[in-house]
Amino acid sequence: MGDGKVGSIPNGPTLPALRLVGQPRRKVDAFAKVTGQTVFADDIKLPRMLFGRILRSTETHARIVSVDTSKAEALDGVKAVMTGQTLPIPFGILPVSQDEHALCLDRVRFVGDPVAAVAATTEEIATAALELIDVQYESLPCVRTPQDALRDTDDPIHDYGDHGNIHKLVHLEFGDVDEAIANAHHVREDFSFFEGNTHLPMEQHACVAQWVDEKITLWSSTQTPHYVHRALAEVLELPPARIRVIACPNGGGFGGKSDPFSHEMVAAKMAMLTGRPVKIALTREEVFYCHRGRHPVLMSVRTGVDETGRIKGMHFRSLLDGGAYGSYGVASTYYTGALQTVTYEIERYRFQGARAFTNKPPCGPKRGHGTPQPRFALEVHLDKLAEDLDVDPAEIRLQHLAKPDSVTANWIKIGTIGLRQCIEKVVEGSDWANKFRKLPYGRGVGLACSSYLTGAGLPIYWNDMPHSGVQLKLDRGGGVTVFCGSTEIGQGSDTILAHIVGEVLGLDMQDIQVIAGDTSLTPVDLGSYSSRVTLMTGNAAVQAAERARDILATHVAQKLEIPVQRLVFAEGRVVDAEHPDQGVTFAGAVQLAEAAQGTVGTVGSYSPPRSPGRYRGAGVGPSPTYSYSAAIVEAEVDPDTGIITVPRIWIGHDIGQSINPASVMGQVEGGVYMGLGEALMEEMAYRLRTNEQVVHKIPSMLEYKSPTTFEMCDVVTYLIEDP
Amino acid sequence: MASHRAEADGKAHIKLVLNGDPTEVAFAPHKTLLEVLREDLDLTGTKHGCELGECGTCTVLLDGQPVLSCLVLGLACEGRSVGTVEGMANGPDLHPLQTTFADLGAAQCGYCTPGFLLTAQKLIEDNPSPSRDEIKDALAGNLCRCTGYLKIYEAVELAAAQMRGEEARPTEESIYGRR
Repeated sequence: MGDGKVGSIPNGPTLPALRLVGQPRRKVDAFAKVTGQTVFADDIKLPRMLFGRILRSTETHARIVSVDTSKAEALDGVKAVMTGQTLPIPFGILPVSQDEHALCLDRVRFVGDPVAAVAATTEEIATAALELIDVQYESLPCVRTPQDALRDTDDPIHDYGDHGNIHKLVHLEFGDVDEAIANAHHVREDFSFFEGNTHLPMEQHACVAQWVDEKITLWSSTQTPHYVHRALAEVLELPPARIRVIACPNGGGFGGKSDPFSHEMVAAKMAMLTGRPVKIALTREEVFYCHRGRHPVLMSVRTGVDETGRIKGMHFRSLLDGGAYGSYGVASTYYTGALQTVTYEIERYRFQGARAFTNKPPCGPKRGHGTPQPRFALEVHLDKLAEDLDVDPAEIRLQHLAKPDSVTANWIKIGTIGLRQCIEKVVEGSDWANKFRKLPYGRGVGLACSSYLTGAGLPIYWNDMPHSGVQLKLDRGGGVTVFCGSTEIGQGSDTILAHIVGEVLGLDMQDIQVIAGDTSLTPVDLGSYSSRVTLMTGNAAVQAAERARDILATHVAQKLEIPVQRLVFAEGRVVDAEHPDQGVTFAGAVQLAEAAQGTVGTVGSYSPPRSPGRYRGAGVGPSPTYSYSAAIVEAEVDPDTGIITVPRIWIGHDIGQSINPASVMGQVEGGVYMGLGEALMEEMAYRLRTNEQVVHKIPSMLEYKSPTTFEMCDVVTYLIEDP
Repeated sequence: MASHRAEADGKAHIKLVLNGDPTEVAFAPHKTLLEVLREDLDLTGTKHGCELGECGTCTVLLDGQPVLSCLVLGLACEGRSVGTVEGMANGPDLHPLQTTFADLGAAQCGYCTPGFLLTAQKLIEDNPSPSRDEIKDALAGNLCRCTGYLKIYEAVELAAAQMRGEEARPTEESIYGRR
């Protein structure tokens, strides 16, 4: 019980018109989580449920000659066996990359590619049955690196793409960069490589499918139930109306559960074939093969500056190791070139990008989708430029800050920008002036800035419909139910909806029920990715709640015989602002409205504004608004061993209006943690077999080094609330 | 290893004390404690992250000691006491750690949370005033990908202070950042 207030923390400063927004509140699902009552996908257990397992390729790149499942089918307890031919229709998250199959048809493209599947009465029997499946392969040449992929080939990994094993080639030019560099006072070029890494959510992907009354229900640990819904309809050849996808709370996502996956298609088909519910829970090893993590990217950046140190032109190139499938890769490729201009003013800009197919687990979107790699390259490059020009690294960034309400060289519209305050806060807080180049040998400080979308300006499949929808049901008992397609992945999306609706309707968050991520119950929200949820579902929720408020106000105003403008919704009541003792309870207001006009419900939706860019590729980069950050890292390097330790990071984050500061802090600290891990230790490591085939080195949590409490540093956070 | 009865159904049958209650359970004898808890006792509050002893997610208390339930055979639990996240609260009253984890956002996705809670519960039992470094030591075997651990440290410190009877509350910097 209670109002969800955090301990006895006093309310913070906020805009005068707001009561709840800006105040820290316990998440609406927090008690379920700390008592173990949150139901994740693998916690679901249905009567007569079967267990599915997937046989995965042991070959890096091979033609499938034959798959003999007869022995597996004969095993007691086995109820269904599937191969590629069972579901031959391809799928993929992007309309331009429909290159995956539930189970491979005739070719495997990496160690871990799904080949066959079994459903049995126990997981043990299903596992034993996999070992009875005989797959004959004919090896094909292995493409290990993007450099390998640049060579011409007669037998590419896929039969589509821009050239051979090159999946996507991008060339964008804004202004005459060659002239700017030719006339520059000083030119610098740097090469960088950003290692690939993976999301490593604590929860392995899992799903349960049920086929009843000729309808499929799929519970899944997915960030994007809407896209899974679309893919299932295609692959199963069922009308979307016969399919219900329910996104369970995700035990961490970070982008790794944003694609429709093989195991989701297989579980659904198995349920149809057997008439029984089917669960597939991936092992940790399989999660490494599903991957979709950060692309390894090789980059060059070449910049010309004039005699005042002003950047006149920049040429940025990136080569992405895409792994075996398309996934979000076309977007990832554009993203490696899109946001450089959002932080710094660059008058003329050229971007060339290429994504290669290789015989490794497919890369895709991970937290910051395609932008931390070029950001790393650009920020290191700026540091070196600053050194060339004898300028302080903070100063060179301040000199080039993008301007608010401007359009960048690559036609991205920027609104507000709080990056200056971010830099100033961390410079002051870290005592930068007394530390930069002034610490003893082996110790130092460094500064970098960044920016990211607040949701993509365009949906993944082109359409004119809203990106997010919210429906409200008002109960005559005074409760409000919010229906929204967004998915709770730990970021607090359910809480945000309750927070915002509570603000508009003057209710406690505890009076609001959130139903999310269910394609049969909730209006479409595109999913939990691209940092889009708070802005997009939030605005949809504001619209729905304001419409509900207006309906109630009409009827309360009639009863009180005052103008609607005098009504205030606060503390569970609707009252006359001039006579606060005159009014009705919120429940009373719903009853008045219901008596007068019938059942009360509203909808709200949100579509991002149109972007000014009109070139091919202009769809990647635009966002309704951008968040900004500046970080200063103190690092120590042991001169004998080279081991790096990071005692502390100062971070300033321009986040706009914080809805729930307690959640914001968690997001910022978690982001710093993940960045630290990527910088210091995390790596999708591969090894070569004796036959020169490439295979994941050790797909386990022990060997994939991620920061423990020992590696995590202190973090000093400054929240900059520049709208 | 403790004795056990193998029955005609091919299952092992053991008695244990589960979250304080005497309990009997039958299960396929190869199963780990993690599997027995989740699949045979329907206590799904205990989660799994690797089932190889690498991540700490499946931590439970065995005779009061934190163990990785994916590395303990169910058979080894005959006659012993097992504590899971479902046993932390006293009826409707949450353990102070559960309240502080909820208040501070130390549980984001919540998947690693049961393991952290039980490890921290044992730490505070042994050491009512753990320092930040002692907390880091105790929790080093539990991985979390959401929080960066900072809110978890603060939640443990806050719960420990409350359990010592102190009037403790979250700092403003913890909730709003540094001004």
